[in-house]
Amino acid sequence: MVPLSYYLVLSGILFACGVTGFLIKRNIITIFMSIELMLNGVNLSFVAFAAHWHALAGQIFVFFVMVVAAAESAVGLAIIIAVYRTRETLNVDQVNLLKL
Amino acid sequence: MLSIHLILFLAFAAVALAGAINLLAQTHPINSALSLIAVMAALAGEYLLLGAEFVAAVQVIVYAGAIMVLFVFTIMLLNAGVEERTKGSRVAVIVGIPGMLLGSVLVSWVLVRHSGTESVTVGVIPGQTNGWGDPAVVGKLLFHEFLLPFEITSILILVAIMGAVVLASKPPSTAAGGPPKEVKD
Repeated sequence: MVPLSYYLVLSGILFACGVTGFLIKRNIITIFMSIELMLNGVNLSFVAFAAHWHALAGQIFVFFVMVVAAAESAVGLAIIIAVYRTRETLNVDQVNLLKL
Repeated sequence: MLSIHLILFLAFAAVALAGAINLLAQTHPINSALSLIAVMAALAGEYLLLGAEFVAAVQVIVYAGAIMVLFVFTIMLLNAGVEERTKGSRVAVIVGIPGMLLGSVLVSWVLVRHSGTESVTVGVIPGQTNGWGDPAVVGKLLFHEFLLPFEITSILILVAIMGAVVLASKPPSTAAGGPPKEVKD
């Protein structure tokens, strides 16, 4: 049997990798994938707690997180396409119209 | 003593961590997308170990299937190449990676240290779950107690579909065949 803390550690490390990718990556698509990685880390801790407490609601919340992630990625990728169409770059450093 | 459960957990965790680190290390978006698929497949294995069979199936179908296909299509559509390094991102590398390591070690230490050794064991061998986490039970809970959030979610999906269609469609002037409107600046 695996202790709950192992799952939480794995979940935390995945979330930290997602945060790091969000910060260090300059490609807007890779930044978006880092957000998905963070959501996956959170999902793992949801399922681990659901198994730990025998509370099935944790698994239901995973489905809601997945649905929100799907909606988010659909809209986000459409925004990326719109950004690429107007700015012709995927580098977030060159999307700086609001910068002083 | 290493149980088969722990061995499987460690194997899937190793795949997931390797994929996550590879996502950070690669510079081409398509390589990052493929390593993210590996992370999601490994996480589906972890869900199976936790007795959440339906979540594991949905993880593979929706996340590794639908969402990542959307990502890969977008990468191919935009012809995304190797990302350029800039000054700001180098500062983020210098500060961010030690910060991530520090945070990970701190969280791991707290979690391992301050959790008791008894009554924290989780994990059920698939097949011995007594019907816990199988689609019938999950569906019953979803459509009885969580019916209102489920319906609100369907509205969210509808709005997302319409938003994606509106955002990704061509501007009306070019779609009508007229001269392309000047949108830059």
